Amino acid sequence: MNALNAFLFVAFPYAAVLVFVIGLAIRYRHRGFTISSLSSQFLEGRRLFWGVVPFHVGLLIILTGHLLAFLVPSSILAWNAEPVRLIILEVSAFAFGLSVLVGLGSLMFRRFTESRVRAVTTRMDIAVEVLLLTQIILGLWVALGYRWGSSWFAADLSPYLWSLFALKPETEAVYALPWVIKLHIFGAFLLIFMVPFSRLAHIFVAPLHYLSRPYQQVMWNWDRGAIRDPNTAWSRARPRNN
Amino acid sequence: MNIRSQISMVFHLDKCIGCHTCSIACKNIWTDRKGAEYMWWNNVETKPGTGYPGKWEDQEIYKGGWEKDGTGIALKGAGKKKGLANIFHNPHLPVIDDYYEPFTYKYLDLIESPAGDDQPTARPISMITGEPMDIKMGPNWDDDLSGTPDYARKDPNLLKLSPAEQQAMFQLERMAFFYLPRICNHCLNPACVAACPSGAIYKRGEDGVVLINQDVCRAWRMCVTACPYKKSYYNWNSGKSEKCILCYPRIEAGYAPACMHSCVGRIRYLGVMLYDADQIERVASSDDGSLIQNHLDIIQDPFDPAVIASAKANGVADSTIHAAQYSPTYKFVKKWGLALPLHPEFRTLPMLFYVPPLLPVMASLSKVDNTAQSQKMNDIAKYWPDNWLYDTSTEELWGTLEQARFPLEYMANMFSAGKTSWVADRLKKLMAVRIHRRAVTVGDISAEKAAKVLADTGLDARTAEDIYYLTALAKFDDRFVIPAAHREQAIEMLEFTGDVKGSTGFGFKGGTAGRGA
Ligand code: SF4
Ligand code: SF4
Repeated sequence: MNALNAFLFVAFPYAAVLVFVIGLAIRYRHRGFTISSLSSQFLEGRRLFWGVVPFHVGLLIILTGHLLAFLVPSSILAWNAEPVRLIILEVSAFAFGLSVLVGLGSLMFRRFTESRVRAVTTRMDIAVEVLLLTQIILGLWVALGYRWGSSWFAADLSPYLWSLFALKPETEAVYALPWVIKLHIFGAFLLIFMVPFSRLAHIFVAPLHYLSRPYQQVMWNWDRGAIRDPNTAWSRARPRNN
Repeated sequence: MNIRSQISMVFHLDKCIGCHTCSIACKNIWTDRKGAEYMWWNNVETKPGTGYPGKWEDQEIYKGGWEKDGTGIALKGAGKKKGLANIFHNPHLPVIDDYYEPFTYKYLDLIESPAGDDQPTARPISMITGEPMDIKMGPNWDDDLSGTPDYARKDPNLLKLSPAEQQAMFQLERMAFFYLPRICNHCLNPACVAACPSGAIYKRGEDGVVLINQDVCRAWRMCVTACPYKKSYYNWNSGKSEKCILCYPRIEAGYAPACMHSCVGRIRYLGVMLYDADQIERVASSDDGSLIQNHLDIIQDPFDPAVIASAKANGVADSTIHAAQYSPTYKFVKKWGLALPLHPEFRTLPMLFYVPPLLPVMASLSKVDNTAQSQKMNDIAKYWPDNWLYDTSTEELWGTLEQARFPLEYMANMFSAGKTSWVADRLKKLMAVRIHRRAVTVGDISAEKAAKVLADTGLDARTAEDIYYLTALAKFDDRFVIPAAHREQAIEMLEFTGDVKGSTGFGFKGGTAGRGA
């Protein structure tokens, strides 16, 4: 049992993060063409709306929540000190969780029933969606069954995650958790592990730099000043294979 | 002044015969692939008609292009705020049915069906799903269908015409149409570039070709919405947008793009124009009254020493400046003032210009008495109680502008943002050249009259001859003045071609992956 726990909550998280970082870097550098959000809106637009928007909006908020509980646990705990605020936080988080569930459910239903969307579906898409669905159901189950998640995440899980970061894993708290929560944690690392191999990679090319760039982009293939100097062309760029 | 060179184009619409050779040449080279079957980087539309995708000119539907926003301009359906807010679901994205669902036929059934009482048939199947389908629309199914309720009468350019004018256009005896070949305009103020959240689309500084870096495109689909000409297409299979690349590998090697090279009507001209990049923003934000004039004014005189000096400072090669001085497009657009941009009101500053068509539009109607003729008709023949006749043999030879079969306003809605004087001016010049040539070759028009017509339009006999030559006689090298490619520069653009020998197409250019990221 302990060996399994050690694998699930120490070895695998490290492996997953390592694969994630190296894999994503390699894919971005050398297989940039394969990174795409692979939108199917062009084939079917109306039904997509009712799935994709609740799914993404809900997921963004839920993920931010998890991230905050991990990064600034004390603030979350301070917020939760007041029961009313705790309830507000938990109820709204649960609502967004439901929105993810409904969104993903309708996306999957669309994927299986629209023949055009089926035509652009890969096995990896289905694997990712099934995994996400499991993860969300587990998450909602945890939220309902093991109250109050926002507090104990901040108090118990955040130190565990930080300890992983510090390369000194402290795992007692995790080993003692009920299996539903354990599965949810494992699922999270599994998703991280799968990022470089699936469409999930598109999260990491979210176009936030668009906000800071000028609208028009002009690119020069050659150095405008140097090009009229006959010496530079050959010294700068040489054919690679001769 | 910040002078750059731009490969620009002129399409002479009087000469287009609607053969679609250009479209096929392009398809065979670039878009005969999965996910790209429906794309026609070059397509030819019948006007009046709805075009491809249907009613693309109606930006109330497609939200493409720029619109005035106070003193500046803003993208109509995309941009930083709208684009990022709608990134999960873009409400203004056309779907494939707005173009057409690509199809093929099960040809093998014709030879592999078991013997039976019936002829085997090849059923149409969708190239997306592989399932049998009913074909509703195909590439250019509106071809030559002027007058039809589904296509011609839904032309967005008719919206501002009165019902009576529209009715008049589609009377059987007056019916006319012309062809409008379209490719990406390689705009100076491209909406596709501005709308791309990833920064995958860019304009090449050296020749102005607008390209999509396939390594950086992430399928945010905003360029499809933003391009008012709908010339950026989404590949549903690869999850990347694609567009006309102006056959840049051919241009770099000194060849004409495939569509232009193969053009049967020889309607296409390609050449360099020098423009002032510092003025782009001001020109694109001009008010409606001065937009077209400013658009033409941004193109600079390639003989002006100041322009040449600034071009050289930007690394424009001498051969390119030389090409600009001999550019056929410069002649049509600036020197002779014969060509206009398509829908300048979209404010992308397109660099493809059109010589508006004269022939289908100009013909006169003469009053005749049709009674005797109608008595000879069979009882069941349809009889129109009109007393006019389509006639090209009037004293004015090609009729007058007021008698045009298309209201000038219709043409102006396409080529000059609704301002008829621009189109009228060009049509008059085209007519004057014809009258001049008629005087020279047939001689049934007096030389004085021809000279007067020319003078009225600001031309002289010498210029008219030049226009006639470039329109009717021009050889390949007159129509395509492409600056010599410099081997040392070509290497920097594509690198050594042997490096990608054996890989698909041109491979991926090294080091571009990080671009825009
Ligand atoms: S025509 Fe469209 S795709 Fe081409 S450069 Fe202009 S905005 Fe971009
Ligand atoms: S090949 Fe030339 S003449 Fe034929 S349709 Fe295309 S543009 Fe027109």
